[in-house]
Amino acid sequence: MKSGFTIRKYQSFFRLRFVMGLQYRAAALAGITTQFAWGFLAIMAFSAFYETDPAAFPMSFQDTVTYIWLQQAFLALFNTWMLENEIFDTISGGNIAYELCRPIRIYNMWIARSLANRFSRAVLRCLPILIVAFLVPAPYRMVLPPDVPTFLLFVLSAVLGTSVATAFCMIVYGLTFFTISPQGVRILFASLVDFLAGGIIPIPFMPDGVRRVMELLPFASMQNAPLRIFTGSLSAQETARMLGLQFFWLIALVLIGSSLCRVAERKACIQGG
Amino acid sequence: MITMENVSKSYKVAKRNAGFGEAVKSLFHREYETIHALKNVSFTIGDGEMVGYIGPNGAGKSSTIKILSGILTPDGGTVLVDGRVPYKDRIRHVKEIGVVFGQRSQLWWDIPVIDSFELLKDIYSISPQSYKQNLEELTDLLDLKELLRSPTRQLSLGQRMRCELAASLLHDPKILFLDEPTIGLDAVSKLAVREFIRKRNKLHGTTVLLTTHDMQDIEALSDRIILIGKGEILMDGTLDDIKKGNETIDETVAELYRSFDV
Repeated sequence: MKSGFTIRKYQSFFRLRFVMGLQYRAAALAGITTQFAWGFLAIMAFSAFYETDPAAFPMSFQDTVTYIWLQQAFLALFNTWMLENEIFDTISGGNIAYELCRPIRIYNMWIARSLANRFSRAVLRCLPILIVAFLVPAPYRMVLPPDVPTFLLFVLSAVLGTSVATAFCMIVYGLTFFTISPQGVRILFASLVDFLAGGIIPIPFMPDGVRRVMELLPFASMQNAPLRIFTGSLSAQETARMLGLQFFWLIALVLIGSSLCRVAERKACIQGG
Repeated sequence: MITMENVSKSYKVAKRNAGFGEAVKSLFHREYETIHALKNVSFTIGDGEMVGYIGPNGAGKSSTIKILSGILTPDGGTVLVDGRVPYKDRIRHVKEIGVVFGQRSQLWWDIPVIDSFELLKDIYSISPQSYKQNLEELTDLLDLKELLRSPTRQLSLGQRMRCELAASLLHDPKILFLDEPTIGLDAVSKLAVREFIRKRNKLHGTTVLLTTHDMQDIEALSDRIILIGKGEILMDGTLDDIKKGNETIDETVAELYRSFDV
């Protein structure tokens, strides 16, 4: 009964943030446009490379195209640079005082909010992109996974990937308690992490040594894993390894983030008045 | 029952002189100054009391409220609110108190007020019956009927403050901390807020601790005044104790501040 109530609180946060996210239609439209433009550009660039020598690449053109479309459709789920300004504002502006006056754990509340924010954005943006991605002519068209089990593994991996990305953002929020201004941490993470996650170039395209290290980092457990599982070109062993790493990083990042927030909650110093 | 005994709290503040050279120097070596926000603060507030907590800016009023609401951990001393140590047992403690920070907002900016209220209902696990009953009572007393469906961002400050008060009382707390609830409000809104606080205290026996710079708030609401300056309790008494002849309340308090040199 008691724990039921507890979950209810965070569900409410999720629901409210989700509904709120859905009302920003203009932002969604702008987002969709950007993602189309980026998706087309990326595919054009890769197609030029593939025309020179298709054998020189670690992923087939088909897989790369699917990777890019899927990435653009579900950008909101996996990226780490989509941090919530509102959370930063509550910390640096001192409104966190109100949140600390509630019978809630700050960490759990932020997780609920962030997940809701990601889902609401993804819901608004993914459909138009997916529809177009399935309608464009053949080499540039996105393809479905080869079988249902692959698709289910993709779903599992996508859930884990979203959670890992969110758990990572929690650490960024937690650090803001100590640095006061979020700008430094944000800029540093935004570009670096996006690169390490395979947001700019898919990880298989990296030089071998670099790739091996990158695949072990938590960032590869965000979008890299689900997007590559989707195409069905990974061996069962590779898939299992990726999912295992995702589980591992999820647990590790949640432990780091929640203890960081616990320390911050206790040491919090509310700014201004 | 609220007791604070010898409570102290200090902050470290980074300081430097003006200028580019000084800014560069502070990159390598920070000078900190310790500010004693509270020094051996002690007082007791009984159930159902309404207490005005006054003092100049930076005297330690907000720090006190934050310690009592479990947000800040004091460096020393003992704090007990209805038998709970606020900062040790934050989550259990905050269920039983209501807090309004006049300079901040607890309502979600982009969505109708009623949505924020519904969220609070779940956060505090308020049963549907008592939520309905409390909401009706608060809507009635604070005249919120027309406001509940508007997004917070479109409310005037006075309207918003009425909603903030309601938000802090939905879970029917026994204790209410008000940190400058009338700041920036026009005359009509101030009167409405005061009237409401008085009624709340009378009808529900809610203990109220209120900080303000508006002495009319104090005059209208509280018999008892605690004066804090430079982190120390300077006076704990009634309005009549300090009032001389036919001075206005503002003159009385200004005189008081001067006499304590705060």
